[in-house]
Amino acid sequence: MSLWKEYLQPQTVQEAVEALASAPPPAIPIAGGTDLMIDLQQGHHAPVHTLVDLTGIAEMRALEIRAGQLFIGAGVPHNRIVESALVQEHAQSLVESCGLIGGPQVRNSATLGGNVAHALPAADGMIGLLALEAEAQVASPSGRRLQPLHELFLGPGKTALKADEVLVGFYLPLIKAHQASAFCRVMRAQGIALPILNLAAWLERDGETIRAAQIAVGPSGPVPFRARQTEAFLAGKVFSAETIAGAQETLLAEAKFRTSAARATAEYRRELVVVLLKNALSTAWERAK
Amino acid sequence: MKSKGLFKRQKVLLKIVLRLRTALRSGRKNGENMKKTQLSLTVNGQNYTLDPIPGEILSDLLRKRLHLTGTKIACGEAECGACTVIMDGEPVLSCSTPAERAHGKTITTIEGLAKQDQLHPLQTAFIKHGAVQCGFCIPGQIMTSYALLQKKPRPTSDDIRHALKDTLCRCAGYPTIENAILAAAESLETGQAVAEPQIPASATQAATVGTLKVRPDAVEKVTGSAIFTDDLIFENMLFAAVKRAGVPHAFVKKINVEKARQAAGVVRVMTAADIPGENIHGLVTLDWPVMVGVGERVRYVGDAIAIVAAETQEAAKAAAALIEVEFELQPVISDAVQARQEGQPQIHEKGNLLKHIKVRKGDPEIGFAQADVVLEHTFHTPAHDHLFMEPECSIAVPEGERMLVYVGSQIPYQDRTQVAAALGWDENRVRIVGQLMGGGFGGKEDIAGQIHAALLANATGRPVKLLFDRQESLLVHPKRHATQIKVKLGAKRDGTLLAAKTELYGDTGAYASLGEKVLTRATTHSAGPYKIPHVHADCYAMYTNNPPAGAFRGFGVLQSAFAFETMIDKLAEMLEIDRIELRRKNALRVGDETSTGQIMRESAGLVECIDKVEAEMKRLVGSDKLLFENSNVEYSNNESPNIDLFKARPVPGAEHLIRAWGFASAFKNTGLGGGADDTSGAEVELYEDGSFQVRSAAAELGQGLVTVMRMVVAEELSVAAEQVAVLVMDTDLTPNGGPTTASRQTYVTGNASRLAAKTLREAITATLAERYDQPPEKIHFNEGSVRVNGHSLTMQEVYKEMKAAGKNPRVLYEYHAPETKPLGQGGDMHIAFSFATQAAEVEVNTDTGEVRVLRVISANDVGRAINPLGLRGQVEGGVVMGVGQALLENFITKDGMVVTDHMSRYRIPSIVHTPEITPIIVEDPTKDGPYGAKGVGEIVLIPTPPAITNAIYNAVGVRFDSLPVDQEQLLWAMEENKRELLS
Repeated sequence: MSLWKEYLQPQTVQEAVEALASAPPPAIPIAGGTDLMIDLQQGHHAPVHTLVDLTGIAEMRALEIRAGQLFIGAGVPHNRIVESALVQEHAQSLVESCGLIGGPQVRNSATLGGNVAHALPAADGMIGLLALEAEAQVASPSGRRLQPLHELFLGPGKTALKADEVLVGFYLPLIKAHQASAFCRVMRAQGIALPILNLAAWLERDGETIRAAQIAVGPSGPVPFRARQTEAFLAGKVFSAETIAGAQETLLAEAKFRTSAARATAEYRRELVVVLLKNALSTAWERAK
Repeated sequence: MKSKGLFKRQKVLLKIVLRLRTALRSGRKNGENMKKTQLSLTVNGQNYTLDPIPGEILSDLLRKRLHLTGTKIACGEAECGACTVIMDGEPVLSCSTPAERAHGKTITTIEGLAKQDQLHPLQTAFIKHGAVQCGFCIPGQIMTSYALLQKKPRPTSDDIRHALKDTLCRCAGYPTIENAILAAAESLETGQAVAEPQIPASATQAATVGTLKVRPDAVEKVTGSAIFTDDLIFENMLFAAVKRAGVPHAFVKKINVEKARQAAGVVRVMTAADIPGENIHGLVTLDWPVMVGVGERVRYVGDAIAIVAAETQEAAKAAAALIEVEFELQPVISDAVQARQEGQPQIHEKGNLLKHIKVRKGDPEIGFAQADVVLEHTFHTPAHDHLFMEPECSIAVPEGERMLVYVGSQIPYQDRTQVAAALGWDENRVRIVGQLMGGGFGGKEDIAGQIHAALLANATGRPVKLLFDRQESLLVHPKRHATQIKVKLGAKRDGTLLAAKTELYGDTGAYASLGEKVLTRATTHSAGPYKIPHVHADCYAMYTNNPPAGAFRGFGVLQSAFAFETMIDKLAEMLEIDRIELRRKNALRVGDETSTGQIMRESAGLVECIDKVEAEMKRLVGSDKLLFENSNVEYSNNESPNIDLFKARPVPGAEHLIRAWGFASAFKNTGLGGGADDTSGAEVELYEDGSFQVRSAAAELGQGLVTVMRMVVAEELSVAAEQVAVLVMDTDLTPNGGPTTASRQTYVTGNASRLAAKTLREAITATLAERYDQPPEKIHFNEGSVRVNGHSLTMQEVYKEMKAAGKNPRVLYEYHAPETKPLGQGGDMHIAFSFATQAAEVEVNTDTGEVRVLRVISANDVGRAINPLGLRGQVEGGVVMGVGQALLENFITKDGMVVTDHMSRYRIPSIVHTPEITPIIVEDPTKDGPYGAKGVGEIVLIPTPPAITNAIYNAVGVRFDSLPVDQEQLLWAMEENKRELLS
């Protein structure tokens, strides 16, 4: 009858992985739990026997520069990301996307790892991260591996992480001169209030030219979407109204939007995505001066 | 019980296994096990060591194990912030935090904020500024604010809005909450007392009436000691759950409760067959079954099939889920228009038509023939949920031959009647013990769990608590009526209104509730607060298979005002007449006749509302640089008669954002009217210690009636307001105050309290006159004492004198409002009307269709501002709720199934949706109101939606004829307009 029977609080990643592998099943990890608790309470998640709480693992709460990269532990809550000077310097899109999630109470608990592991195609924090070419560190019983972020998603709500694997954290390239990112989203205020579209853009500037761009959009398709063709189109172009218009066209051609009942039609999403692309690119462009 | 033991054993075994495993694998030293055997935490400075309970949530640990019930549960789905506590310095939602995570942590709850009975400045500021209304969200608001001040001792308004973004308040005192936080921050920094709020007193303030007084229940509400129904625990108490139909229309073929009966912890399962009394209830029409029995008809998804009482809440819910029901499904009636069509199934014996309501004045065809312009349009408004923060809770407690029902109810005496009928008892055997109510707004007038709890308590002989979770609340209680309203309007070229014809369809759902009354109000107000010689209105109040619709703040007038005020703006545009002037020209004034044939003899403050809003708009727009930057219009500060107040203007540097103002007026009756005997009783008593108590079974739902009652009694007896205690909502201890609905309580219970106090004063005067052998006019009540013949008597001494003279210092007064006439008979249908005008400024994002409301000016003619602090809360809360109903709220059903069945799906405004609000109080007194006052609870909300939709039209040329404004539709309509312009 109770939502769970065993609550384990490992101190290390090793302990957590072992607990997931050996505790009475079903055993699942819990980080902030802001989504998971509700899903369990409302019966949207199958009952579990064991919850393995990851928030006591120091390594997963680290936020630091490591070997020339920015490491953000998967257990770092959103508020720390938003307030971190390091993230503000190196990953503005992540600051903006994490700052829009919930209120301060939710941001104090909800973690970036949870946002990614939940594998929803339009989670704000995850989209903000996806445009930054982040790599995920995954721990499994057989050891640890680094994996490009986009490989972690199989479908809406379906993660590529195995039941006995734990997301340890994310490695992000440090921002160099003339690189910057930005994040925008549109909510639907009426009735079922949910974000209907979000977009993150990263770019590198070379004078008046876009040297390279990275763009993530959600929701477009069953998994978080990287707009590779639009990125290719932008690379090497002069930043101008025509370039933006061309990028908008390319994005519309490659993104796949669908209609979700009581939220937004595919047509509305197509209208919005061009606005968001322009806004995010322009903001990043200004920041990359 | 057995299973519990078994489970414990498993746990012990598992623990050993785990320990071994960990020890073996990682070779760790000792007891640092992953599974905590003890839960140690510090709460409000006190250390606790507890046994972990599998599956326990932090809020349950705090509320149920530590009895810290100040932490509230309003949604249970991490949406509203009411359950916020501070854990290691950070605010967290205790409703979605596993209790075991609190191990080793330090937690502060609302109970831990005051030190040695010294309130924290935040608590003081919330009280002083009137930020406390129903009080249910207040612990969450204060704890979230407290966390903010820890990080930012001097927050800006933006900081506050950011921090409180997801901490919801349905009374919507967001501006006062913000002001309170700013004042507290200042006090904390300077060490000075918390600054007073900047709220003007009544223009005609007396000693107490019209001055700023705090609520009698404010201190409890800011310290967490305020007790709401779910905070009560009785010895030996059972918990109830209800098996709901889950289908919108069907006949029940079979009910199998056997599995539920056998389930662990279950004490009793009941169906319709087990009801000792009447299986029917209802406020006006008895049409709502207590439970639907075998062979009977299910009319909506929330219909009760069976009820369960068990030892725990979880056991009761689990057992209810085991009840099997076989249905014979019937075709679903999903809206009012369909319900009236030929060949539709008839939901009730009398058919689908609850009532055809008619207004007849003159002959509109004559008016249309004389008119220079005639326009016609059809509007739609959706159902709305009240979303009061406190979900419904009833506790029934058997006591000898009687049944006590603890509940926060808007109509305690009708609860008593309905509970007694279901038990088959004389109603004197039932006592409703009113509890603090975490908001009502009309949604706590009908029976929720009162009868079910009483039936189970009667059957088991034990106390039974029935608490709705948010989902059940959304599913079960009556909503605002969804409507379709057709308006035909004829006018002369100069703007004189000649004729109006309206046709309304109202969806009253499965049961009547107050549907007939609500839709009568919608109909009689459907031609607006204007003088029109020819008016016909026809309303069809229809039963459907949707959740019932009943009372909701605005009571039908919100819907018809949206339709009519949109039409008035269209007419102004068509005739090229200023839209303010058009309203002023036709506004009801003293001497004019309403659509129902009532002559306004006095207290018609609409023109003053219009004038004052226009003046304030000129002041704001006149100083608004945006308007003039791109135009050649000259203006001198504050004196710009020629500027277009409604001109659309892009935001410089962000040309895709267009701003404009919109305007709307409204009126709303005070009191039941329509021939009903509008009565309230109040009792005032002087106690031995010199204090007074005023009592009435009128309901306090956060609106501030208790403050009004104590203020009028203090005024009449010339004592300090703090010297008057208030008791409400108890059918044994307080006289019947009637329903708390129709903006009536300040008027009727205000008058009953005033007259009871006045009569007591006269009795005291007579006694002292005799005792001191003085003429009564020589006896003076003054600042808490009575002067007679050179003596000054304290109220304790007065008490003694009364007792010595054999007089009981207690007066019961039953007040009857002036007589009214039923609809159709002409004359006074209502005792008074409140009037209002609002102007709203919106900003439309032409790229996305998003709309923000920036500023609202709200002028309300309330007769007399008895309680200006409470009035401020009503005005602000009304505007914010109006913003919600214009832009956010939509209670969606599909084929009778509820789509918006969680708080996360039914969006209400938060502090980020709150515009800057300028309240203007107009006081055009009504003769028989207490000190001239009339109702205010509803009028404050009614003009907001049309003011907003009219503003959207003025900004971007798109008119909305349905609510809420849909941003996607708005975007398409703007693009369509652009295409038309280009072609």
